[in-house]
Amino acid sequence: MKNLVESMKLNVGVWKDSINVHDFILQNLKSYEGDASFLVGPSYKTIQLWDVCKESLLKERENDGCLAIDTKVISNITSFGPGYIQKENETIVGLQTDELLKRSMKPFGGIKLVESAVAEKGLKVSDRVVDIFNYAKNHNQAVFDAYDSEIKTFRSKHVLTGLPDNYARGRIIGDFRRVALYGIDRLIAEKKLDKVKVSDEMSDAKVRLREEIAEQIKALQDMKTMALSYGIDISKPATTAHEAVQFTYLGYLSAVKEQDGAAMSLGNVSSFLDVYIQNDIESGIIDEVLAQEYIDQFVMKLRLVRHLRPGAYDAIFGGDPTWVTEAIGGQLHDGRTKVTKTSFRFLQTLYNLGASPEPNLTILWSESLPQGFKDFCAQVSIDTSSLQYENDDLMRNNRGSDDYGIACCVSYQEIGKTIQHFGARANLPKALLLSLNGGREEAEGVQVVSGISEMDDEVLDYDTVMKSFGKTLAEVARVYAKSMYIIHYMHDKYYYERAQMALIDSNPNIDIAYGAAGISIIADSLSAIKYAKVTPVRNEYGLTTDFNIDGDFPKFGNDDDRVDTIAQEVTKIFIDELRKHKTYKNSTPTLSLLTITSNVMYGSNTGATPDGRKAAEAFAPGANPMHGRDVNGAIASLNSVSKLNYNDAQDGISYTFTMVPKSLGNNLEEQVANLTTTLDAYFGRNAHHLNVNVLNKETLLDAYNHPENYPQLTIRVSGYAVNFVRLSKAHQLEVISRTFHDTM
Amino acid sequence: MYLPEQDTHLLNEFDIDLLRIHSLETFGTHDGPGIRMVVFVQGCQFRCLYCQNPDSIDIHGGILVTIDELVSKALKQKAYFGKVGGVTVSGGEPLLQRTKLIHLFDCLHEHGINTCLDSNGRVLDDNTKELLDRTDLLLLDVKHINQEWHKKLTSLTNTTTLKIAEHRESTGKPMWLRYVFVPGWTDQEEYLHEWARHFSDYKTIKRVEIIPFHQLGKHKWELMNMEYALTDTPSPTTEALENAKAIFSLYLDNVTIK
Repeated sequence: MKNLVESMKLNVGVWKDSINVHDFILQNLKSYEGDASFLVGPSYKTIQLWDVCKESLLKERENDGCLAIDTKVISNITSFGPGYIQKENETIVGLQTDELLKRSMKPFGGIKLVESAVAEKGLKVSDRVVDIFNYAKNHNQAVFDAYDSEIKTFRSKHVLTGLPDNYARGRIIGDFRRVALYGIDRLIAEKKLDKVKVSDEMSDAKVRLREEIAEQIKALQDMKTMALSYGIDISKPATTAHEAVQFTYLGYLSAVKEQDGAAMSLGNVSSFLDVYIQNDIESGIIDEVLAQEYIDQFVMKLRLVRHLRPGAYDAIFGGDPTWVTEAIGGQLHDGRTKVTKTSFRFLQTLYNLGASPEPNLTILWSESLPQGFKDFCAQVSIDTSSLQYENDDLMRNNRGSDDYGIACCVSYQEIGKTIQHFGARANLPKALLLSLNGGREEAEGVQVVSGISEMDDEVLDYDTVMKSFGKTLAEVARVYAKSMYIIHYMHDKYYYERAQMALIDSNPNIDIAYGAAGISIIADSLSAIKYAKVTPVRNEYGLTTDFNIDGDFPKFGNDDDRVDTIAQEVTKIFIDELRKHKTYKNSTPTLSLLTITSNVMYGSNTGATPDGRKAAEAFAPGANPMHGRDVNGAIASLNSVSKLNYNDAQDGISYTFTMVPKSLGNNLEEQVANLTTTLDAYFGRNAHHLNVNVLNKETLLDAYNHPENYPQLTIRVSGYAVNFVRLSKAHQLEVISRTFHDTM
Repeated sequence: MYLPEQDTHLLNEFDIDLLRIHSLETFGTHDGPGIRMVVFVQGCQFRCLYCQNPDSIDIHGGILVTIDELVSKALKQKAYFGKVGGVTVSGGEPLLQRTKLIHLFDCLHEHGINTCLDSNGRVLDDNTKELLDRTDLLLLDVKHINQEWHKKLTSLTNTTTLKIAEHRESTGKPMWLRYVFVPGWTDQEEYLHEWARHFSDYKTIKRVEIIPFHQLGKHKWELMNMEYALTDTPSPTTEALENAKAIFSLYLDNVTIK
């Protein structure tokens, strides 16, 4: 370490004596206030390598989205030998399996799901692996052993959906920077010390923690072994930019070799790597072309991460996403910007390699970001629609850390210090229908919630409905909390994320990230009941099948407090209920208003709602207003969403926003200026998240009809981005039907 | 439907707090700098053959809104105006409601909101001058420099329009000139030279916008059963637009094609 500090002219601090990457950043960050003019195009090697990848990606698409599957090996950190794309051009090495885009089996989340995914491709899991699971238990089995009938009913009746009970939960972000900064040996030594400290009188928690740390130490040793198979020694700290990028990637690679969690973020590595890169540039070891090559090739690898998924999975998470989310930018508490030249280099990959949904590049937006960076972000959004934005000023101050990444799509997570347990989401419109149907599910009349009075009112009364809905939400929260307790207990027990956890403090704080879908339908429905006359149409069993609405009513998305406050109120009621319940490992409840692409699936499972939405019609994604109801223009729509209170939805409030390029201004310069002003204004009102698409509907329609012409067309959906042509046709149509803000 | 010249003074004299508008745009990026709320007022005396909003001509059409309502709408959007945006009043022809707009612009200025007026320059009186005093940026549409062509194109002369330009210049406050480029109607090279030369000594012109004619307004003419004379007029070619820009640039700075 001493040599490193001297040779790199690093500033020392507490980071040297304890594991503390945050302090390393504080001491050594090289903020950059300039513009994008220093950036360079791809190197020769990068171009050669990406050509090979593009060919394989095309084959993958032609082969129904999956190029190959290894059906013999259970994937873990060391189970596959080294894999290369084209060795002579590969600056940054490491693949999940021994072949490009070959998918592997990670069955400890649920062997059944793996078997069906393999079967869908006309293959069969090897007898050996099937036999192993005659003896070994997996997460999926264990959860269902512990579930009660209530949870099963809530689940099968689509009140709680997408629960990670048959697949891996994901969302845990390892601090992959630690591999580069400290080297594995030091990390093992620290973990051993941590383990020793868990001593004296034992408790369940202590025994569990001792076992967990032991698993982490084994994972660290495996990482070293895996790296060595590529001829790379990661036992000691990285000493060059090349090593820093390579080591960080090998840390991440270890995680995605062993886990196939729904979303496995990268964290916030760009400005950390920048310290090494700028150092090597200043010392004349590398030039800008090589610096960009490292980042291009790193990002290329991240684009090639694949997990084995069954077709059904696509309904919730359309487009085969992996959420390799990298948070870029933001400010430090001390006022310095975390923007570095390497922040720019990451964005530049969208030009050097073309647009792409992964890694899920997320800009931590602050009013104080350097103008040059703001302008470049806006330009990249306009050119590629591949970025999302989150409010750094809000998260940094509300949540406390200035060293955080984004878990999954939109959720704050302090890196290396805290984790979160993924909670899928509850279907709020379904809950509203339960409260209008005496606790019975509207499709088949199955009793889901008890103690809800039958409602035989001709015209729905707002106060009566709110009372009944409140009671239902309390019940939903109770059952939801119970299911999450079981799921995370079992996931830790049977599919523990030892690779990520090895790179996180040994006993981190945990958020349990609950979710809610359909907030705009709830707001509009309750608004209709309050301001218009809503009469339920009931079938012979007394179940609502439709609603007659007499008169107009304010709709979410028009900057109208009468309805926007309803959305606020319901969010608060739900999180308050969730906070009443016990959680696994004493985790802290948070809530997201986020749907991924499941808004289509939620819609198809939900009957007609009092806002006039017909049965089976898609929900709006995330916290979006319903399509076509935000009729007062873009600003009114943005204002409504920005009123949702982050304190009540700390896991994130997702808004996906689509603008026609021309509507942003007459030329690129104007468009850039207007987009940065828009972002400043939106986040200045304490809004949390914005997905920005800048594209024409005609482009999407053409891509729908001629997918072969749009291999890299990327669009932002709810909290992530996808290759448009890899979405199902149903999802494509849903995206096309969304509000395009043109004549605003 | 036929719209003869109307008693447009009616528009100006009615209740001072009520403005007759055609529609509102909340994220305008094409009528003045930055992001703007654009108020399209109702009523116009010009009968431009290429009018994109023929439904905004009739002084009895549109809806009445209070100045207060417009100001409160603008305030809700103020954050998005940033450093350069604000409110633009376009039309229709705003000057037909000049007295009311004086009131509106005063209110906007009280809240620190930038004001912009997009006008064909139809009326020049003391009220117009007062309004222009409160106008941070004037967008003046000079539709043709030749009197006869102007009349053929709009049914009226450009005399007042040019006088307003002259007045604006005398006040030293900034303006942008706008010119709709219509093949066969406003593309004569001699007149392009004359148009730009007319303003070549002006110091207050900060930008000149050439707006290419398009057929997007056509369906509105059909909807209103009005005879549309430009059915067969094509959109201008890039070459023709670039040529016009080059000619304008001989006399004027900062010429752009929209």
